[in-house]
Amino acid sequence: MRRFVIGQAKNIVDQTRRRLQPHHHHHHNNLRLLSLLRTPASDSTPRLFSSSSDMSASDSTSSSLPVSLDSINPKVLKCEYAVRGEIVSIAQRLQDDLKTNKDAYPFDEIIYCNIGNPQSLGQQPITFFREVLALCSHTALLDESATHGLFSSDSIDRAWKILDQIPGKATGAYSHSQGIKGLRDAIAAGIEARDGFPADPNDIFMTDGASPGVHMMMQLLISSEKDGILCPIPQYPLYSASIALHGGSLVPYYLDEASGWGLEISELKKQLEDAKSKGITVRALAVINPGNPTGQVLSEENQRDVVDFCKKEGLVLLADEVYQENVYVPDKKFHSFKKVARSMGYGEKDISLVSFQSISKGYYGECGKRGGYMEVTGFTSDVREQIYKVASVNLCSNISGQILASLVMSPPKPGDDSYDSYIAEKEGILSSLASRAKTLEEALNKLEGVTCNRAEGAMYLFPCINLPQKAIAAAEAAKTAPDAFYCKRLLNATGIVVVPGSGFRQVPGTWHFRCTILPQEDKIPAIVNRLTEFHKSFMDEFRD
Amino acid sequence: MALEYDLLNENVKKCQYAVRGELYLRASELQKEGKKIIFTNVGNPHALGQKPLTFPRQVVALCQAPFLLDDPNVGMIFPADAIARAKHYLSLTSGGLGAYSDSRGLPGVRKEVAEFIQRRDGYPSDPELIFLTDGASKGVMQILNCVIRGEGDGILVPVPQYPLYSATISLLGGSLVPYYLDESENWGLDVNNLRQSVAQARSQGISVRAMVIINPGNPTGQCLSEANLKEILRFCYNEKLVLLGDEVYQQNIYQDERPFISSKKVLMDMGSPFSKEVQLVSFHTVSKGYWGECGQRGGYFEMTNIPPRVVEEIYKVASIALSPNVSAQIFMGLMVSPPKPGDISYDQFARESKGILESLRRRAKIMTDGFNSCKNVVCNFTEGAMYSFPQIRLPPGALQAAKQAGKVPDVFYCLKLLEATGISTVPGSGFGQKEGVFHLRTTILPAEEEMPEIMDSFKKFNDEFMTQYDNGFGYSRM
Repeated sequence: MRRFVIGQAKNIVDQTRRRLQPHHHHHHNNLRLLSLLRTPASDSTPRLFSSSSDMSASDSTSSSLPVSLDSINPKVLKCEYAVRGEIVSIAQRLQDDLKTNKDAYPFDEIIYCNIGNPQSLGQQPITFFREVLALCSHTALLDESATHGLFSSDSIDRAWKILDQIPGKATGAYSHSQGIKGLRDAIAAGIEARDGFPADPNDIFMTDGASPGVHMMMQLLISSEKDGILCPIPQYPLYSASIALHGGSLVPYYLDEASGWGLEISELKKQLEDAKSKGITVRALAVINPGNPTGQVLSEENQRDVVDFCKKEGLVLLADEVYQENVYVPDKKFHSFKKVARSMGYGEKDISLVSFQSISKGYYGECGKRGGYMEVTGFTSDVREQIYKVASVNLCSNISGQILASLVMSPPKPGDDSYDSYIAEKEGILSSLASRAKTLEEALNKLEGVTCNRAEGAMYLFPCINLPQKAIAAAEAAKTAPDAFYCKRLLNATGIVVVPGSGFRQVPGTWHFRCTILPQEDKIPAIVNRLTEFHKSFMDEFRD
Repeated sequence: MALEYDLLNENVKKCQYAVRGELYLRASELQKEGKKIIFTNVGNPHALGQKPLTFPRQVVALCQAPFLLDDPNVGMIFPADAIARAKHYLSLTSGGLGAYSDSRGLPGVRKEVAEFIQRRDGYPSDPELIFLTDGASKGVMQILNCVIRGEGDGILVPVPQYPLYSATISLLGGSLVPYYLDESENWGLDVNNLRQSVAQARSQGISVRAMVIINPGNPTGQCLSEANLKEILRFCYNEKLVLLGDEVYQQNIYQDERPFISSKKVLMDMGSPFSKEVQLVSFHTVSKGYWGECGQRGGYFEMTNIPPRVVEEIYKVASIALSPNVSAQIFMGLMVSPPKPGDISYDQFARESKGILESLRRRAKIMTDGFNSCKNVVCNFTEGAMYSFPQIRLPPGALQAAKQAGKVPDVFYCLKLLEATGISTVPGSGFGQKEGVFHLRTTILPAEEEMPEIMDSFKKFNDEFMTQYDNGFGYSRM
């Protein structure tokens, strides 16, 4: 009892000390903090560190301005997001130049394989979903008799149903800050149908994409750099960026490339202890399943171990499940962490779990609509009130995205007018994704010094390139991370845009890049050819 | 339990947002129990019966389902200009509404926004310095996140203010430096007040970094004069503050003495050195005006005199969220380049827009007059925006009763109002006010034909309340 009381007292003292800490505006402190917590060999490192010396040259008058590089929030400077980073800027410049200077390049077009943005590469939206959205956008359509010729009957029914759930049928009004109740009911029903365990619409918080939900949780969980979040390495850099923006510490746990990017509990334990010894309190464990960039689908057994680990260590489990409908291999299946936890007999009192879902991925690929939700379970009501409060400051997420999220979680059923065409569209997209994943994976594995784990799920391939020493030396001379050096060369030779592995982090000394499987099937052979040719000439140039 | 309340980020716990706080939650409860509630707590026009403009909805419906454009019968249901516009906006996207756009928003739409700003102000505007966001609120949060490093950084915020500012400053761990608007001078802004606020903050070791103005004001509705804006800009120049100009209500002007004039125009009119050195970020939205498309979540900010390296950093942070939602970007494009005279849809568009604005103007007057006819209520005229912010002079008996109930006086009043009439307002304490002076905020958005009844209902409740608690010993007043 006495030890507990001392522990509590210490917590209070620590918290007070944190609150009253004098603020260090001084640039040197910021740099020191940066060097402690920075990614190794990151692409934008040179730009950031050079900025402190370059600053006086290019921003000479800016130091007197209230908003200048040396006076903005250092957390902004620190955070990075390679998916739309330097390589993409170069690609965009090339793309502009291509318009007028076609002959200067060995390729005709830039192919963006850097970002999971299916509809920008020709994937078509699901017709039924867009029918419903159009009808909800312009409700006068429902009163026109001509409409019945243009729209499927079940899309008209569904639009009416949704509009009845919206007060005044006003799709232009702010909704409840958690999202329209009727739509949350549909999502909860969808979760229950998927998992076989009940879901409560009051646990659902709808957001503009899944990313804002992740930010909200980081905001709640992180009070200072003493708060750590366990993140997989490699990871989708929303996590590292969000943790940096909120001033916390990323505690890495390494996925095992040799065993198909397996997640080892022993590794989790080791990293947790390591963090503790550095004075970091780990608050949550982020798991991306299926993985991004790594594509692995966790086995149920693995998931049970993760759930037990979180329960035992008192960690919030942040389950990023946005790729739940992207599974390409017959030997793996998606199981939500909620289902796994409930099947273990764990309820609201046993585990704090936040599950993220999005409309951007799957077979629907509706990135630009910005829709998603988080299902928040295992929190006390006073914590949930805080989540609600933060959500309310932004009033609500966009209604069109909310409608789509409900459609994704309760799509057409057998017997519905649109069912057959819906299924055909869905299966067409998913089988094509699986086939492209396989084709690209095979091609990558044929390259000298390249090994690529299969994409069990998600939308990416993350090959490992064994770069020759000469290449690494050339990269260093160019003040670029070796994988970024390779990716830039690839871009300049082929027009193909991929993201260097350092943008996702990786075991130090290993090099990867992330390439999406999203270009349309007819472009894949050309991509494979160009990539193969480029790689051969690269190796010819740099082979040891 | 992994996440205990005690272990939550303190900044989250500190932050308050009354617009959807206690009153709203209580109103929602009562509504579930079957009581008729009139929600006047948030500027949400469509929720109170205002119809969306037809043209933009036609265009966006076509963009949602581009297969309609291929149908030979589409011309029977949609006017030709809506069809053309849908094709235009789809051509600006890289894959339709379902693809992430540039993280700053579609370049084509940003160009249209720049052209709009240029037409409005008479000065060139650079699309590269315009970022589209999921609602203006997100833009405000992004900029404040850039400016605030810690609690040593202060942001000048008007009192009363729209609590997005106080909530965001709390969440980001900064300090709110209040400057009081003068109710007796139509919520005017006195530069001396500003100077005092800044001096006081500095004496407490706070570095004042930015100043927020909301023009037209929320909740107060005042429209700043050109002279006022000049003073403010000069003040920002002298004190080295970045000015954050929340101009989301620029279409909502209900008097003719002070039309809307943008901070950017005044700044440019002032010429060197001001026009080249004062840092300004201006915010706008599709949620207000006569559009009222709150649920779309569409907004933008325009940066002036922000160094390129900082613009890059803001871009970087925007890219983490990938992109603002594309449908709303199209709404924004349509708002800044609406149908023109001669266009097929122009007459209908002009009729709908005019109808809404004129009705808002009438309702602003009905409400102001209605409040002023109530016992112990004094209300400044709503010059702009969407709200009425009457001062409620609570008698000592009411203050006493509030204290006994454990409620802040205006919360007490508003809860009683809600329970008696179903009118759901936001207590003035949610926006900040002078000590001992109480207000409530309501919107002017209820349907015009329902307004007389609503004002009667309010008057009945108020006058009875005042009589009940009136013991003649003096009132709360400024």
